[in-house]
Amino acid sequence: MGVYEISFWFLTVMALSCALGVILSRNPVNSVLFLIATFFAISGHYILLNAQFLAIVNIIVYAGAIMVLFLFVIMLMNLNADTEPQKNRLVQIAGAISGGTLLLVILAALRTSTISSLDQTATDIGLIKNLGKTLFTQFVLPFEISSVLFLSAMIGAVVIGKKEQTV
Amino acid sequence: MQLDIAFIIEKVLLISVILLGSLGIAMYATWAERKVAAVMQDRRGPNRAGFMGLLQPLADGLKLFFKEEIIPDRSTRFLFILGPALAMLTAVMTSAVVPWGPDIVTDNGVISLQVADINIGILFIFGVVSLGVYGVMLGGWASNNKFSLLSSIRAASQAISYELAMGLSLVAMLMMTGSLSLREIVEQQHGFWDNGYFTWNFFKQPLGFIIFLTCAFAELNRAPFDLPECESELNMGYHQEYSSMKLGFYLFAEYINLFISSAVIATLFFGGYNFPFMDEVAAGVSPILFAIICVMALLTKVICIILFFMFIRWTLPRFRYDQLMRLGWKSLIPLALVNMVITGAVILWVIK
Amino acid sequence: MKLTNRAANINRDPMTFGEKIYIPAIAKGLSITVGHIFKKKATVQYPEEKRPFSPVFRGLHVLNRDEEGRERCTACGLCALACPAEAITMEAAERKPGEEKMYREEKYAAKYEINMLRCIFCGLCEEACPKDAVYLSETVMPTNYTRASFIYKKDDLLIPHPHKQESK
Repeated sequence: MGVYEISFWFLTVMALSCALGVILSRNPVNSVLFLIATFFAISGHYILLNAQFLAIVNIIVYAGAIMVLFLFVIMLMNLNADTEPQKNRLVQIAGAISGGTLLLVILAALRTSTISSLDQTATDIGLIKNLGKTLFTQFVLPFEISSVLFLSAMIGAVVIGKKEQTV
Repeated sequence: MQLDIAFIIEKVLLISVILLGSLGIAMYATWAERKVAAVMQDRRGPNRAGFMGLLQPLADGLKLFFKEEIIPDRSTRFLFILGPALAMLTAVMTSAVVPWGPDIVTDNGVISLQVADINIGILFIFGVVSLGVYGVMLGGWASNNKFSLLSSIRAASQAISYELAMGLSLVAMLMMTGSLSLREIVEQQHGFWDNGYFTWNFFKQPLGFIIFLTCAFAELNRAPFDLPECESELNMGYHQEYSSMKLGFYLFAEYINLFISSAVIATLFFGGYNFPFMDEVAAGVSPILFAIICVMALLTKVICIILFFMFIRWTLPRFRYDQLMRLGWKSLIPLALVNMVITGAVILWVIK
Repeated sequence: MKLTNRAANINRDPMTFGEKIYIPAIAKGLSITVGHIFKKKATVQYPEEKRPFSPVFRGLHVLNRDEEGRERCTACGLCALACPAEAITMEAAERKPGEEKMYREEKYAAKYEINMLRCIFCGLCEEACPKDAVYLSETVMPTNYTRASFIYKKDDLLIPHPHKQESK
């Protein structure tokens, strides 16, 4: 086993166990921290794939900004294990059913799909230059549409914020 | 993949030198801060421990080490300890991508004075800086104290708000350099004067520099933006419950951050290790001596920037929180966007 | 309606553009603080360098003796009466034959205490004393750990005997 295999297995185990930690831990703050650790493991995978840009953007955007806001909200709401409200049994059953359905759909989709064989000649698609070229030539329309989506979300947030002020 | 023992030894040596150097500079930054504060207020500052009080940081460190370690009863113990650890970790991690000097070309090969020349150097710094706020947030929350919590929330919102303007101001600069690697950015600023214009980015992006500097103040939690540790409102902020060396790590991390961010500013805007007439000097001396001169040039710039940070801290009063947010969102971000658009237009139509 | 003419007029006009961008103000502030670096320092390096006391400085009390080394105090109680902080207590006693060398008057203070925690160092005892027995010296009161140690007894207050000092 070379360095790559060892780090791959280490990161895989870390990602999966931390992802389990997210849903299994009682304290929401711990869940958030597990999620951050998961993001780090995924970023490690990106680096193994020679996609440093994606790795670091994953950390900046998800671990550095979005999870900070998550933590922010959780800290403010002070959700502790002992203040957790009693969940309705009906809600629990509904959750189990919908989760199971999702799992079924994913399994069905994965069963029929064929995994394309890995290109052994190390791809440089994750490097920032190639990624930028791909995004702005081949995938320019989806890219722009997603940016419009973000803009509309931002405008929506501003509208909601303003509305509260006038009431 | 084969492990190159010589390579590892070289990097380990370099890392330990940088680590010890930044720890030492951070230590003496506390001394310099007190001296600067003193002379600005017509006092003398620490002058009892050793010549000119030069042993004062050692005495302070010793005091922090030997003080009683108190962990509050109702705190979340693990996170309480993780907080200062994370703060320290993220503080020292940034130094990995800063090029401290030019490559030393010897007969046996090339020795690089940079720990890792990754092609996304600036983004790495951003990533680590954006993680830096976790140390403050976790510490503040785990203390189980309302003041600490408020302070950590302030720190988080301040860091996120100013990261945006910081990133946008850098985008304009990156459009000119065309590279994210810090080594390449430094090499583009070679010397001081080239082709009838300054090579340093400060002269190409003065507005971007001012925005970046302002955001650096906010990211460092330094006055006039030191709201997370605002004494008059939050009586110490997130390190209220901390004592002994855990408090020491928070304070220390702050000064290491100060040093590293000064190094980053020097690298991005003031040409890093470049200095005027460096080609003439390089022709005259041996490569090793030249590298030492270059490192000294970088350190001189860094110390000047640190002193500037200190002058500002002891000159300006603290901003109010709404003023801080207004400045960040309503002034700096639009200004950075305008700067970006102008830079883009100039590159497209004037420089080509 | 003005009570005094010292009220400063504050300019409440909206800020001009130059003031809003704040950088000139920062430069001005910096020029002031940097200018202070080169000013003379106000610090007095205390143990090595001492500031002279003012000529009217009032420090720790002493009980005086006359030229022959006899205590001047006659325990009249005027100092205790004059003391606004009621810091002085004393007990009088009659001089026995053979003690003429020790006490100048026929009556003397067997006990004389000043509570230095109460004393405000106003110097009224010095003014009140008809025998020039109590004086306020130029010594600053030393600190201590217990309250009891701040009650100065007669032995603490009396100045040394001039002849005994010489014989030593």
